[in-house]
Amino acid sequence: MIWVDTIVQGILLGGLYALFAAGLSLVFGIMRLVNLAHGDLIVLGAFLILVAATALGLHPFLAVLIAAPVMFVLGWALQTWVLNRVLGDDILPPLLVTFGLSVVIQNALLEGFSADSQKLSAGGIEAASLALGPVTVGVMPLLTLVSAVAVIFGLNQLFYRTALGRAFRATSDDAVTAGLMGIRPQNVFAIATGIAMVVATIAALYLGIRANFDPSVGPARLIYAFEAVIIGGLGSLWGTLAGGIVIGVAQALGAAINPEWQILAGHIAFVVILLLRPRGLFPRAND
Amino acid sequence: MSKTQKTNLMRLLGLGVVVLLALVPVIGTRAAVQDLFMVMTMLVLALNWNMLAGFAGLVSVGQQAFVGVGAYAMFAAVILWGMDPLMGILIGGLAAFALSIPMAFFTFRLNGAYFAIGTWVVSEIVRLSLAQWKALGGGTGTSLPKGTTKTMFGVPQIKDMLDVSSAAAADALTYWLALVLVLATLGISYAFLRSRMGLGLQAIRDNTEAAKSVGVDPTRLKALVFLLTAFGTGLCGALLFIQITRVTPEAAFSVVDWTAFVIFITVIGGIGTLPGPIVGVIVFYALQRLLADYGTSYLVVLGLIGIAIMLFARRGLWGLFSDRTGFELLPLRKMPPARAQ
Repeated sequence: MIWVDTIVQGILLGGLYALFAAGLSLVFGIMRLVNLAHGDLIVLGAFLILVAATALGLHPFLAVLIAAPVMFVLGWALQTWVLNRVLGDDILPPLLVTFGLSVVIQNALLEGFSADSQKLSAGGIEAASLALGPVTVGVMPLLTLVSAVAVIFGLNQLFYRTALGRAFRATSDDAVTAGLMGIRPQNVFAIATGIAMVVATIAALYLGIRANFDPSVGPARLIYAFEAVIIGGLGSLWGTLAGGIVIGVAQALGAAINPEWQILAGHIAFVVILLLRPRGLFPRAND
Repeated sequence: MSKTQKTNLMRLLGLGVVVLLALVPVIGTRAAVQDLFMVMTMLVLALNWNMLAGFAGLVSVGQQAFVGVGAYAMFAAVILWGMDPLMGILIGGLAAFALSIPMAFFTFRLNGAYFAIGTWVVSEIVRLSLAQWKALGGGTGTSLPKGTTKTMFGVPQIKDMLDVSSAAAADALTYWLALVLVLATLGISYAFLRSRMGLGLQAIRDNTEAAKSVGVDPTRLKALVFLLTAFGTGLCGALLFIQITRVTPEAAFSVVDWTAFVIFITVIGGIGTLPGPIVGVIVFYALQRLLADYGTSYLVVLGLIGIAIMLFARRGLWGLFSDRTGFELLPLRKMPPARAQ
């Protein structure tokens, strides 16, 4: 019975990792950009929500509505003025630029907010729980997983049902030909990064409510997010959700055996899956 | 000045600097010795990373794995097996080399940017595993036994020769080892890049398909660079922690100290150029001193400079200088043989 409970908790944890990873997966799928600053951008989003919530006395769930547009503009500007300049065949410049950005954001936050742990307070819902058959689950973790599924469902709808999604797919397949059809790849990329930042803000909301955060926690979130994206297969959004759940379950099982093994178990699951399936579980992109 | 004259002038200058550096423990203060030790070890790490990322196209953010394993192997050699720390340095290098073989098997399956993430994950696995090693303090780490460095091979002789305290003599010894490591890394990198294999490596960087078509094997060459730089990075990690004398998983596997700084040093100085890391480490040190009073803001400045360099001058400060003035140090270009008139 305890194992069922552990696995359920692992799946719920996986929802959080999938949320961390969804924005990353979107950006990679469209422009093959690996954003090493994604984790720090999530933490930046969490601080934005915190500022909006404390300054205006809002509930975090409402503060997100203020933070998300700010993050969209930030993502759009970042892509337009910085990242578009370094995209190309050489993978080194985008990697190094986003790496530099990660260090800048982390330390700027440290200057602005100090190293103190912060938390978003969501009231009674934090401690609420539901009995689902034999196991009891927290409302917040369940809400996280539901949000992850909703976000990925929404992104997939956007991708396959809208004109913007068509432009995303066309640019992803062949940017030059898409350009001939009147699409400006730079604009498409900027909107994609903006959307990824909105998703990052949603991830930041759950990060901030479920655990303490400080300016330095970004890279640790980033590594789980990357593992989820790579396990899922590059460019597949549902794959990313599956990848997040694999990491979450592996961590929960590891922790059940020995608390010191929680993180290690997640990393080892990543390595084992890639040894068996080098291109991930559901690869869509061919690189 | 002709090209050859300029190159010769740079070589003479380089030789002068090396002689001066070698004399620092004799004529300089102990603080200077310790500062320059850190500068030179960072330089060794940067030279190795530059070979990986700048020449072999392997952007690793997991170099701290080799620093950490080198450090831990050295501590194990000293504490558990009672060896001399100098022997421990060699064991540190070999341990890093041994780690790099399975690590290459795994990470080389990942393409391009995902190689970076793969190396990072492996380094985290090694850190978390070594944190379980109770004999070396587990998660809280351990220190070298008191007096270990004072009785290190060669320290008593240096103590008599320079007429200083044992601690200062130990500093001098690690300092000279760092200098030797810098020169050896530079020398081997230069010789390697000028060799047939080095030419192959640069051909792969410029055009993989064309290089393959003339019989260059990219995977083999890249794996060779990966293993050799792991060895160099491991040696340097062990040496660093003889000076630091205390090891914890967090410090030994610090992604900021052993990889982020190293990446900035290389990028600012000039990635893919041999003298780049030298310029980078000087700028890095100067920034660190200038902005020491402003806490973490020097990291912000460092990050912004790194981004600006990638946007506007991809070959870094050395690339800018060399392109403008024609001065070269350790040039890698091969000239066609002069034709008889």
